[in-house]
Amino acid sequence: MTTWLGRYLPAAGLFVAGLAVWEAFVVVFDIQGFLLPRPSVIAGTFLRELPVVVPAGLFTLREAVGGFAMGAVLAVLAALATARWSLVREGILPFAVAANSTPIIALAPITNQWFGITNPLSKMTVVAVMVFFPVMINMVRGLTEVKTSELELMRSYAARPLEVLWKVRIPNSLPFLFSALKVGTALSVIGAIVAEYFGGSRQALGVYISQQAALFHFAEAWAAIIVGSVMGIGFYAVVLAAERLAMPWHVSLRSG
Amino acid sequence: MAESMVSIDGVHMVFNQGGADEVTALSGIDLEIAPGDFVSLIGPSGCGKSTLLRLIGDLLSPTSGTVTVNGKPASRARLDRDYAMVFQQATLLEWRKVIRNVELPLEIMGMDPRARRAKAREMLDLVELGGFADHYPWQLSGGMQQRVAIARALSFDPALLLMDEPFGALDEMTRERLQMELMRIWQRTGKTIVFVTHSIPEAVFLSTRVVVMSPRPGRIVETIDIDLPRPRTFDTREDPRFFELLTQVREALRGVEVEVP
Ligand SMILES: Nc1ncnc2c1ncn2[C@@H]1O[C@H](COP(=O)(O)OP(=O)(O)O)[C@@H](O)[C@H]1O
Ligand SMILES: [Mg+2]
Repeated sequence: MTTWLGRYLPAAGLFVAGLAVWEAFVVVFDIQGFLLPRPSVIAGTFLRELPVVVPAGLFTLREAVGGFAMGAVLAVLAALATARWSLVREGILPFAVAANSTPIIALAPITNQWFGITNPLSKMTVVAVMVFFPVMINMVRGLTEVKTSELELMRSYAARPLEVLWKVRIPNSLPFLFSALKVGTALSVIGAIVAEYFGGSRQALGVYISQQAALFHFAEAWAAIIVGSVMGIGFYAVVLAAERLAMPWHVSLRSG
Repeated sequence: MAESMVSIDGVHMVFNQGGADEVTALSGIDLEIAPGDFVSLIGPSGCGKSTLLRLIGDLLSPTSGTVTVNGKPASRARLDRDYAMVFQQATLLEWRKVIRNVELPLEIMGMDPRARRAKAREMLDLVELGGFADHYPWQLSGGMQQRVAIARALSFDPALLLMDEPFGALDEMTRERLQMELMRIWQRTGKTIVFVTHSIPEAVFLSTRVVVMSPRPGRIVETIDIDLPRPRTFDTREDPRFFELLTQVREALRGVEVEVP
């Protein structure tokens, strides 16, 4: 318990200090509230707006998680296909690496047209594409960057390729997969919210933020951004927990 | 049966043939290993010991010549699981607990779960690691990991063990303990063992025969029969004959040890 406290106390202290500095900065320099509201004002607005921003957050979270799941599942299947057929890998990987460095979020107006602006599928598709490439690239690396001695061991047992895949390559790929999935949680929340800036359902968090900002209601916009942050952190924590369940042998669990 | 466990006939091994980085690793290797033999391969590093072991295990194919294991081509013997390999690094799968690492070959060979669990426990007891079945490999010392690797190799009862400097990464004390343990296992199971080492005392202490190799291209320069009494014990290392044999191996190596990279 005390060690737990010791571990999180510095971060919590820094957080509170940061808010205090922000508050003082706005007061001392007399910054206009519509440019940068004080944390205390945002907190008050946040509490008042809870009945609106929380359902909006949940609506957007559904898009983020849905898109994440679609992208991740397809990416894992694609990576497994490349492990099975190396020709697929040679063909697909350069495009994946190239696509991974393009601003996929720029597709949002197009998917809005495809599926309809209020259809969650339009946001999920953008999120899925954003999550797909890093997950696939990492998973392929995890499946292929296997120790030679482990492959020799399996060969000495005359193991079939499917057994090598199942008993060596897939377990070997899990740390790679999860590090991409963790990046993917942030990408998917960003993707969903930003895609909504291009238009979406009136219940959506991104639509709420862009509308409030257009009306100079910055405290409301900040309150919604807090909801977005909490969503991102919560989603990350869920994937982190899944990682620990899936890899009880992992280095990160060795300290205790 | 009078037949050899391993029979190597006129083997040459050239890596990257025709390329700028062509290496002739082995040249004109002939070697017969009888069932129950404990043969050590010794020679300066880079002389092709590991390559020779991999050829016996069909992890490589010779450029020319033939390798026969247990009366059949090496490739057939591998498919029949006639041998087990032990590497310098224990090569345990880090995501499997110790017991499941020992079960790995049995799993691949299709033994049912209860039988293989029982067999793996028996093997862990044999290497005196019964209490560590549910640990992960990283929780074990290097010596313990290597004993798990030996238990895993013995689990499916192969006729032949191929060991590539299995104790090379261990400290002297652990090394001598494991040598005794290997002696005990060899005496009890009657396996044929091909053992690669850098260490002259280790080769002499363990073997029935020591094969001395020369560097690039690797050749066999001498084969020395080790006529020390068995079972070998801690006293063996004090035996005057032990020292004579050490000298004999050292002399054979002296002629060849021109470069040690
Ligand atoms: N896969 C390979 N490709 C190219 N050269 C190799 C390969 N494996 C070994 N060699 C070369 O063959 C020679 C013998 O290597 P090795 O059998 O590992 O020696 P040792 O085990 O006696 O130290 C070395 O010169 C090494 O560089
Ligand atoms: Mg070697």
